[in-house]
Amino acid sequence: MLQVSSVTKQFGGLKAVDELSFNVKKGTIHSIIGPNGAGKTTLVNMITGVYKVDSGTVFLDGGDITNLATNKLVHRGICRTFQHLEICGNLTVIENVMLGFDKYMDKNILRSCFRAKSILEDEKRYLKRGMHLLDLIGLADFANKEAKNLSYGILKKLEIIRALATTPELMLLDEPVAGLNPKETEEVSELIQTVVADEVTVLLVEHDMKMIMKISDHITVMNFGKKLAEGTPKDVVNNEEVIKAYLGSGALSGR
Amino acid sequence: MIELFGYLLSGVTVGFIYTLVGLGFTVIYNSSGIINFSQGEFVMAGGMSTVFLIYAGLPLGVSFVLAIMITSMIGILLYKLISFSRDSSQISLIILTLGFAIFLRGLAQIIFDKQLHTMPSFVGEGAFEIFETTISYQAVLIIIVASTIVVSLYLFFQKTKTGQAMVAASNNVDAAKLMGINIKKILMLNFAISAVIASIGGILLTPITSTNYEVGIMLGLKGFCAAIIGGLGTPFGAVAGGLVLGILESLVAGYVSSEYKDAVAFVVLLAILFFMPGGIFGNLKSQRV
Amino acid sequence: MLKKYNINAQIIFLTVVLMIIPFFFENDFYYEIAILSMLNALIVIGLNLLMGYAGQVSLGHGAFAGLGAYISVVLSTTYGLNPLLSIFISVTIMALLSFLISKPILKLKGHYLAMATLGIGIIISIVLEVEEEFTGGSDGMSVDSFVVFGYEFSDSTAWYVLCAVLLVFTIWAFENLINSPFGRLLRSIHDSEKAANSVGIDVSYYKSIVFVISVVIATIAGSLYAFFSGFISPQEASFSHSIELVVMVVLGGLGRVYGALFGAVILTVLPQLLTSFEDYETLVFGCIIIAVMIFMPKGIASLFDNILKKKEQNSASS
Repeated sequence: MLQVSSVTKQFGGLKAVDELSFNVKKGTIHSIIGPNGAGKTTLVNMITGVYKVDSGTVFLDGGDITNLATNKLVHRGICRTFQHLEICGNLTVIENVMLGFDKYMDKNILRSCFRAKSILEDEKRYLKRGMHLLDLIGLADFANKEAKNLSYGILKKLEIIRALATTPELMLLDEPVAGLNPKETEEVSELIQTVVADEVTVLLVEHDMKMIMKISDHITVMNFGKKLAEGTPKDVVNNEEVIKAYLGSGALSGR
Repeated sequence: MIELFGYLLSGVTVGFIYTLVGLGFTVIYNSSGIINFSQGEFVMAGGMSTVFLIYAGLPLGVSFVLAIMITSMIGILLYKLISFSRDSSQISLIILTLGFAIFLRGLAQIIFDKQLHTMPSFVGEGAFEIFETTISYQAVLIIIVASTIVVSLYLFFQKTKTGQAMVAASNNVDAAKLMGINIKKILMLNFAISAVIASIGGILLTPITSTNYEVGIMLGLKGFCAAIIGGLGTPFGAVAGGLVLGILESLVAGYVSSEYKDAVAFVVLLAILFFMPGGIFGNLKSQRV
Repeated sequence: MLKKYNINAQIIFLTVVLMIIPFFFENDFYYEIAILSMLNALIVIGLNLLMGYAGQVSLGHGAFAGLGAYISVVLSTTYGLNPLLSIFISVTIMALLSFLISKPILKLKGHYLAMATLGIGIIISIVLEVEEEFTGGSDGMSVDSFVVFGYEFSDSTAWYVLCAVLLVFTIWAFENLINSPFGRLLRSIHDSEKAANSVGIDVSYYKSIVFVISVVIATIAGSLYAFFSGFISPQEASFSHSIELVVMVVLGGLGRVYGALFGAVILTVLPQLLTSFEDYETLVFGCIIIAVMIFMPKGIASLFDNILKKKEQNSASS
């Protein structure tokens, strides 16, 4: 469903992403891995329009979405999370989730000022759906807590739930388990698997090899901005180039 | 042609004053990230103190030195207040420095008065002529002193150990702390230096334009414009910005409309902000997301 | 999220307070201060939406209010238009103008945004001062009385009622707005533009909208003040007026509707009290601003928060 064709991004003289191409199939978990500085986050930022691509194209279901801004992509069915948390700390947990429903809600200023029926109904409907989502990951008890008072692990999950609330067809998760303990990592991978079961496609950028190998359907390995290898987890683990790139880091053994 | 030369010259003279105010901004901004809205009041304090010390019968030289010392104490006071603040959000600090500016204006009203004051030029009232244009000694003095300050400030920050340490410390606060550099002292020193530069500006300007308790508002804002026009945070930019501003202002006053002279700084400011947000000499580094 | 406590209860309380206050007024001067407080509160509530909720600083709102007021006044007094129609036209012009300038301005951040709004504000005030033909220059100009549908607002009580109604209505509408999806969206922009962007919110569009709303309210309140006082001068549009407004927002507490009300009332009444200090007025005013920023940078509304929190804790522990 997502076709990335020879995208390139250059910072100064350095090619952070160099003529990279890959396809993401519908309903799969597609992972992008690679050593630090391989250009993974740059790639995500290019797909989501944060950076303009220097050359190359990105297509979604046959439609050109190259350089489309992040907020416009949401309306096309792509939603992302961030490597470094982007949670609204002064909003409560449920408010953060409801923010995800923003594109469905009535935001007419006059109707908002006068508490029109449509506003109240929207609020009620999406509050219910938001609570349902929170229930799903066992965060319902925290619904009315201000997000800034909660632990990093909870917020990482909250970010995924917020993205899920936009009902995307494709989710881009940028290191969703970075900094989490094994138990939380397990919970997040389960969450991702549930998401995919709901016919959402996931593009995953991660360092945690154990998790990647377990849940990915397809893996693209990047090194120095280029594609090093591609295939199923099994193919990738046995690929000599990949082993070479990771040699000494011990990452492939999965901690 | 002769007219133009005259305008350019008076523009450069005023421009150097804006440069000094802009440099004061830059010194504080570079070390602390704070935009000091009371910078103009530092200028006022320098000028007014000198005038009243002279009224009190002190010799010129002594008055200058005392006025500069007084202003640097004011700079340190502002630093102390800022360091007391419990909140370091940008908007709180902007308002804190605005409040400090109002406080200084109020203080000046009481200690001094609300009248316009001037003082004799310290190099005499004389003037000489080049290309049929009169140049007052005071104007020459402003240009010489201001350039000297610019150069010595450059040398201080680039060539002396203390200066380099100050730059390094503000670039990387954590590393400086680890190395045992006293950040607080350095910040305080920066505020004092900034106030000293401003007060010298005030002393230089007073014989030409006179001074009163309110003179700092416009001067401060225009100095800030100069700093941004040149590129906020680059000392060389403050010099360029100040001169560009002074010359443009003088040209507009001469050829277009003297009433709109004060608007020039802000029109240029907006143009720069909209079209080259890094300023003339600023370089926009791409931010990593 | 819909608040647990009822917005309507607050509104009724406010209405009752506004109805009782006039019984303590000894003369017209009290009315004048009250009306000025309420009109300032209106501007500050709008500015607070921009600063406290959308997180964008403006050091030029005094000038926007002043320019809006001047347009209304020139239309009604110089060209003899109906005052209400004048205000309406002025609001339309200012809304368009602010929407146009919001695009380049709101791209700027932090100090640059502050300086850009300040720059526009000062340019406006210089224009108002220089174009004497239209504005009467620095001496200002007198303003015809405010006649609406044949009724002339001449005595203070009528103005008091008008402003009180407008204030109560605005607070009610803003409370609703802030507690709606629109309000949540604004608060999210304040917290994290990236987050807002990532859920599909067109951040720059909403910033523009809020900017326009705040300028429209400033125009209305500024115009009414000119009609009320029967006089207008470029002082309305001055840098110091813009600063006063920002201080009111911050003093009251960023992001709180009632904070804006407190801030406006206190900073309108305070200078009147300080006039007894005569020459010390400015000094004391400066000291108060510094003290507030040092000791309660979150504004007066934060004091009430703390009290409420303590109460909650007490009742929870008992």
